Amino acid sequence: MELKTINTHRVPVRYYEGGEGPPLVFLHGAGGLVMDLQFLDQLARRFHVYAPLVPGYGDSEECPELRDMLDFTLHTWDVVDALGVRNPILAGFSMGGMIAGEMAALAPHDVARLALIAPAGLWLDEHPIPDIFAMLPYDLPKVLFYDEVAGAQAMTAGMDLGDPKFLQAFLVENARQLGAAGKILFPIPERGLAGRLYRIRAKTLLIWGESDKLIAPAYARAFQNAIADAEVVMIPQAGHLVPFEKTAEVVAALSRLV
Amino acid sequence: MRFTWFNLMPWPYLPEDFREQNRSVWVDISGNLFDPVKGHALYNDYMDLLEYAGGVGFDGIGVNEHHQNGYGLMPSPNLIAAGLARRTDQCAIVVLGASIALYNPPLRVAEEFSMLDCLSGGRLVAGFPVGTSMDTNYCYGTIPGLTREKYAEAHELIRRAWAEREPFAFNGRYTKLRYVNLWPRPVQQPHPPIHIPGGGSLETFDFCIDHTYSYSYLSFGGYIRGKQLMDAYWDRVAQRNTPDTSPYRAGFAQFICVADTDSEAERLYAPHVHYFYNRCLHVYPGFADAPGYRTIKTIQKGVLSQYAPGSLFQEHPWKDLVENGHVIAGSPETVRQRMEELIEGLRVGNVFCLMQIGDMPKDKCMHSTRLFAEKVMPKLRHLFAEYAGDGRFWCHPLPKRAVPAEVRERPLVDA
Repeated sequence: MELKTINTHRVPVRYYEGGEGPPLVFLHGAGGLVMDLQFLDQLARRFHVYAPLVPGYGDSEECPELRDMLDFTLHTWDVVDALGVRNPILAGFSMGGMIAGEMAALAPHDVARLALIAPAGLWLDEHPIPDIFAMLPYDLPKVLFYDEVAGAQAMTAGMDLGDPKFLQAFLVENARQLGAAGKILFPIPERGLAGRLYRIRAKTLLIWGESDKLIAPAYARAFQNAIADAEVVMIPQAGHLVPFEKTAEVVAALSRLV
Repeated sequence: MRFTWFNLMPWPYLPEDFREQNRSVWVDISGNLFDPVKGHALYNDYMDLLEYAGGVGFDGIGVNEHHQNGYGLMPSPNLIAAGLARRTDQCAIVVLGASIALYNPPLRVAEEFSMLDCLSGGRLVAGFPVGTSMDTNYCYGTIPGLTREKYAEAHELIRRAWAEREPFAFNGRYTKLRYVNLWPRPVQQPHPPIHIPGGGSLETFDFCIDHTYSYSYLSFGGYIRGKQLMDAYWDRVAQRNTPDTSPYRAGFAQFICVADTDSEAERLYAPHVHYFYNRCLHVYPGFADAPGYRTIKTIQKGVLSQYAPGSLFQEHPWKDLVENGHVIAGSPETVRQRMEELIEGLRVGNVFCLMQIGDMPKDKCMHSTRLFAEKVMPKLRHLFAEYAGDGRFWCHPLPKRAVPAEVRERPLVDA
C-alpha cells in the first residue's frame, strides 16, 4: 500500500492505495488506520483498495469546516469523486461504517456493494455503547478485543505515557483524531442514520465480532432489519477490532461480495 | 484591591471511603450520596455565609456553575445570585460565571444577567467561562471540538443583545433567532464588567486582552504553582502591546484560612482542607479533557487540565499544603504576608477568597472570614494604589438603590 495525497474541495486528503481488482473504498474507525494496515494488505490481494484518512488523522491536515454528519458524508463522497472511483464497493469499520452507511443512504445508486464492519450509527437503549471518549488508554483493550492481552500488546507497543514527551505527542494525536471523530460520535454515536437506512439499495454485508464489547452484536440485527438486502456474518472469537483479530475471515467475507 | 468571598458549595457529607467506593466526584457521582433534606439546610447555610461575607467588608461575593459535581452544588449560579441580591446591599454579586455555550439559546444568559443587574442595582460582575470539560462535554454533551466555536458565537450574541436597542436577526451556526430583543436590559451600560475564568488556554488569554475582560485563574493548586500560568498571561499581555498592565486585568482564586495563631489554624481547619483535597478533588482522569476540548496549540504549550492524571495532589500533610501555597493559612499576620506574596507575585487585583473549604462548618468559616475581613484585608488595601481608579473590571452600582421592603399589607387607598 502506498500513502498518497489528493486534493478535495475543502482539504488535501491522505489515503492509502494499492492492489488490483474491483475498486473498494475502506473507511477507518475512530482509532485510525494504524491497526488495519495488515488487513489492508490482505484486502489488496483481491481489490483495488483506497483507504482515505479522515482529516486530522495520521499526518493529514485537519478540517474544522467538517462539523456534522452531512459534512462528513459529503466530504467522503468528494474524496471518492476526486479519486475517480465510480460505483465502488464501500466498506467501513466502526465510525467508518457509520459514514459508509450514511453515504449509501444519501446516494443509493452510487454504491456497488456495501460492507459495514461493526458500524457505529445506531443506538439501542438496551445495549448502550461504552464511552470511548472518557476511557483511559489502558482501559481500551478491554472493550476493543476478544484477546485482550494480545490486543493490548499490539495497541500499546512503544507507548510510554509516563514519558512527558510521549504523553504530549499522544495527547496531540488524540486531540486531532478523536477531536475530529467526536463531531459525529460524541457524546452518543448516533446522528439519525436509523431513519435513513431504508434508502440503501446496495447488497450489504454486516460483519461483526461475536464478542464485540463496544458495539454489541445486537446492533447487527438492528442494521439488518433496517436495510433491504443485508446479510450478517458473525465471526467467532473476535471483538470489536475484528479486521485486526480475524483478518483472513473478514477478507474472505468481503471477497464474497464480488 | 478587590476581594471576593467565593463559595464553591461543596457537599460536606461524602463518606470517608468515598475515593475507594466511587470513580469520580464529578459527572457520574452516585445520586444516592445526595440527601435533599440536608441539601435544604446546606443551601441556606451557604447563602448565609455569602451574605455574611458581603456584610463584613468583602468587595464581592462569588458563585459559579458546575454540574453533577460533589464539590460544586450550583448548576444554576444565577438562582443563588438572585437570592443574594435581595439580602445584601453593598457588595458586588460576582457570577463567575454562566457557561454561555451551554444555554439554548445563549440569549438566556444575557436575560438573566440583565435581571440580576436590575435586581441588585448594578452590582453584577459577570463571568463567561468556556466551562470545564467535565461540565461542558461530559455533563452537558457539547461536542468537544466545537465547544470553542459555540462559545465564541454565544459571546457575540450576548454582547450584541446587550448593545443593540432595536430587534435584530441573529443568524448563527448554533443559534438562529429572528427577533433578538433583550428585555430587561442591564443597569450597567454598555454592559456589566466581564471576567473570564480560564485554565491556561492561550486562546482565552487573547480573548481577554482583545475584549478588555479580566482573566481569572480559578485553580486549586495555590499561588506558588499558579505563578507559572499567571506569568504566561502577563507575558502575553506584554507581547500583544496591550495599552496597560492594570492588575485588575487578572484574578486568582486561593484557599485561605485565618485563625488567631498558625497552630490554631491547623487545629481548626486542617481536617476540612484534607476533606477537600482527598474527597472533593477525586475526579476520574478520563473526564479531565475530552479530546478536542483543548486546542492543539495549548496542548503543545504543555498546558494540561488541573484534573489530568498526575496533576492532583492527595494525602499531603498540612505542613506541605501550607508551605506549597495550596492553602494560605495561619495567624492574620502570616496570612497577610503570604497574601502580599500572592497579590504582588501574580500581579492580581482581583482575589477570589475560597474560605469555605470542604466540610468546614458554618461557625468556623465565619470565624476565619471575620478575621480575614478585620485583620488582613485592611492591610492589603494599599496595594496597587496607582490603579485604584481603574473601574473597567468592577461593577458600578446605582447610587440610590431599592431595599427589600418588609411585607405588610396597607389599607387600600381607593381614589
